[in-house]
Amino acid sequence: MPSLTHLQRLEAESLHILREVVAEAERPVMLYSIGKDSAVMLHLAAKAFYPAPPPFPLLHVDTTWKFLDMYAMREASAARYGFELLVHKNPEAVARNINPFDHGSAMHTDLWKTEGLKQALDLYGFDAAFGGARRDEEKSRAKERIFSFRSAQHRWDPKQQRPELWKLYNARKNPGESMRVFPISNWTELDVWQYIHLENIPIVPLYYAAPRPVVERDGMLIMVDDDRMPLRPGETPQMRSVRFRTLGCYPLTGAVESAADTLPAIIQEMLLTTTSERQGRAIDHDQAASMEKKKQEGYF
Amino acid sequence: MTLDVSPLKDAAYRPSDLISADIDAYLTAHQNKSLLRFITCGSVDDGKSTLIGRLLYDSKMIFEDQLAQLEADSKRVGTQGSNIDFALLVDGLAAEREQGITIDVAYRFFSTDRRKFIVADTPGHEQYTRNMVTGASTADLAVILIDARKGVLTQTRRHSFLVNLMGIRHVVLAVNKMDLVGYDQARFDAIVADYAAFADRLGMSDVVAIPISGVAGDNIAAASSNTPWYSGPTLMEHLETVEVDADRLQTQPFRMPVQWVNRPDLDFRGFAGLIAAGSVRPGDAIRVEPSGRTSTIARIVTQGGDLDIAVAGQSVTLTLADEVDCSRGDVIAGAISPPQVADQFETTVVWMADEPLLSGRSYWLKIGAQRVAAQVTEIKHRIHPDSLEHLAARELALNEIAVANLSLDRPIAFDPYTDIPDTGGFILIDRMTNATVGAGMIRFALRRSQNLHWQALDVSKASRASDLGQKPAVIWLTGLSGAGKSTIANLVEKRLRAEGKHTYLLDGDNVRHGLNRDLGFTDADRVENIRRVAEVAKLMLDAGLIVLTAFISPFRSERRVARDLLGHGEFFEVYVDTPLAEAERRDVKGLYAKARAGMLKNFTGIDSPYEAPEHPEIVVDTASMNAEAAAEMIVERLRLGGYLRADPSFDAGGGV
Repeated sequence: MPSLTHLQRLEAESLHILREVVAEAERPVMLYSIGKDSAVMLHLAAKAFYPAPPPFPLLHVDTTWKFLDMYAMREASAARYGFELLVHKNPEAVARNINPFDHGSAMHTDLWKTEGLKQALDLYGFDAAFGGARRDEEKSRAKERIFSFRSAQHRWDPKQQRPELWKLYNARKNPGESMRVFPISNWTELDVWQYIHLENIPIVPLYYAAPRPVVERDGMLIMVDDDRMPLRPGETPQMRSVRFRTLGCYPLTGAVESAADTLPAIIQEMLLTTTSERQGRAIDHDQAASMEKKKQEGYF
Repeated sequence: MTLDVSPLKDAAYRPSDLISADIDAYLTAHQNKSLLRFITCGSVDDGKSTLIGRLLYDSKMIFEDQLAQLEADSKRVGTQGSNIDFALLVDGLAAEREQGITIDVAYRFFSTDRRKFIVADTPGHEQYTRNMVTGASTADLAVILIDARKGVLTQTRRHSFLVNLMGIRHVVLAVNKMDLVGYDQARFDAIVADYAAFADRLGMSDVVAIPISGVAGDNIAAASSNTPWYSGPTLMEHLETVEVDADRLQTQPFRMPVQWVNRPDLDFRGFAGLIAAGSVRPGDAIRVEPSGRTSTIARIVTQGGDLDIAVAGQSVTLTLADEVDCSRGDVIAGAISPPQVADQFETTVVWMADEPLLSGRSYWLKIGAQRVAAQVTEIKHRIHPDSLEHLAARELALNEIAVANLSLDRPIAFDPYTDIPDTGGFILIDRMTNATVGAGMIRFALRRSQNLHWQALDVSKASRASDLGQKPAVIWLTGLSGAGKSTIANLVEKRLRAEGKHTYLLDGDNVRHGLNRDLGFTDADRVENIRRVAEVAKLMLDAGLIVLTAFISPFRSERRVARDLLGHGEFFEVYVDTPLAEAERRDVKGLYAKARAGMLKNFTGIDSPYEAPEHPEIVVDTASMNAEAAAEMIVERLRLGGYLRADPSFDAGGGV
């Protein structure tokens, strides 16, 4: 009989997790970041419940500062898989016009994403939220559970996390408590790319190299995606062949120079590259151990 | 042999030539890798972190920025002088340690051209049992590390016992730090012989011993010229070729716990789950357990198209040829060798919570996709993980392991854990906090549950009660010592008797003189005390009586057990609410004085907790109501509920 490949086993584990949550939670939701990991999650959700449509909505906690290509992909993906799409923008951040240029990346992230996410979860009363985090992303995530429990105040208490044995996930919780669930915890960056390749999963074109207007700022290549970006004296956008290894808010996401314009070429570049994935994210550079702190505050 | 930093840096990323030459060919090759999960057992002193760091490094999973960080950290805080300290790749999260995370399993990933690996790394000496058991539950293989200078230690035996307990079939005895004993073959052989004796005692069959050095890299990715006397596989070779559990499970009988019923419209009814064992094809005869209904597989549905066959480890959706009852928690099994069905088991339990496991307390048990209520009916013995000695125990503390009998509130389909882990392994969940408090493995069903059936009697509870002109009920009074429970219960009974009703009063002190004379006042004994009272009350209820019980019954869990045991509408929880200060002021029996003086241990309210009811049927506030009024209120409640006349819905002629 056939041995299962590592991708088949990872897929099976993810489908199992998705189904457990749908069976046990009252109001699940899938957080959609529009990146490649999210793309894989959507694809897995479609598989887990086929032929039924995915029995939960997609939630995008919007910062209004994503790349234009990402907004286009958001609409296309929701339609393609038959998801109901919910978009939440923190009204306070909208009113104060919070942006990374005037307020810095820390405040920008805190108000739009961390606070925005809590508001949205409370607003709709979701008790389980799927996220696309992986354990290989950085050291502090290596110990994260697949089912991560949050208090009624959305706090992550390391002492209240439950041991996960075999395939048995304890999803019971008291009223008001919620859980974040990470169905692709055990996937690596290479697994994600291989799976996208194998399954022909659509991803945002920004992952592919193309000539794009960029400026060099603080050691990062920042794409000038719209006219809201204030240029510093001496900065003139230049067309360079670049692509993105991770996607977020465009002013906070560094591009890499690349000629990789096909999936195999991207994977090739990733395998031959010598720096780890998260380097392109300004959010990690802000503070040491910042992911850990953000997790406790309610960000993923 | 020492390591120099600079040549390693060049070697840090040596990608396979195929990546640059022909990426498509590389991708095709890598799509067919298998997956092995393993656990490493040992302490930092044995070089465990160094070994994991070395595996990540040798399989080229370390990026330049991480390597630069590693070099800097090695110089700053490393233990290897100017050389790279691989341990820092996996250790060093000081902040996390400060947070006091007590259940810790870190998962690491690396892959070679043949396999992807997931390593469960379980640090921590203190919580080793809970951590190791968690990490081992998903592992196909265990690497047990031994420091060649120290040989087999107590902790080696402890780790091996846990690995064996969790049913891991493949063990690597990695005799590490061979460089520090001059690659001495005699030393290696002596350690292996010593270990083999212990492994035999445990019944471990597949143990492969490999002489290694994590620091120097001997026999990890490449065979070492320092050990010419060793002709076995390198650690990486062995990890790449050992049989994975999923393949072994394919040859077992078919089992699929049903997770979710997929019903998008009236024409489709599919059963979604992950196949725990065996394989399945359309046309196969199946049984749905525990109901035992039979059908055949119609389709194996996936989004990519229907399958001709599905095997252990795959997540699928099955449809059946017939409309049979099947829901979440049921197991779809091959009709030829179906699983057993039982509600009482001998199990091995590992306790993972600070609160002790109490015999008789009710927990949730989750097995497969099924959740049922479970009680430990008897702790047969505790097992000492170092000596394997059997010790007597009445309760289990954190990290303790025992063989225990379990009783469930309804029968489930199961397999012995050693045959099929996913239909034999379970977790226990606290019913109040919802925390996962224990894990266990089913050994076998107790024969008495297979052969002992409830004796169906012709004379029913309803017929007896009807003859008595009443509806049976249990009035469960709970509250502090001295709250007035017995007084109120006594008044209620006298009033009911005056109306010609048939009653019985079970009083705390009286029961302890006889039925429960063997029990004291520890938490474990209090739980057992209430369990017996609830069972006796149930029998009396069955006799048609109105039963009054007057017990402190301080724990919510046990009152819930009593509630669950009795039928709906037959249990009235009466909270006799007297503040502690008031009860202590009255101190009718002088017990509070004794407890305060330290002469009475485990006294409720003083040094043992009282958990007030959250949703009692009746609350008696003794500050605003005397005992007479309280009794009157309870009797009226019974009258309104129709308990003081024969149940009109019962047809008396249908009885005897």
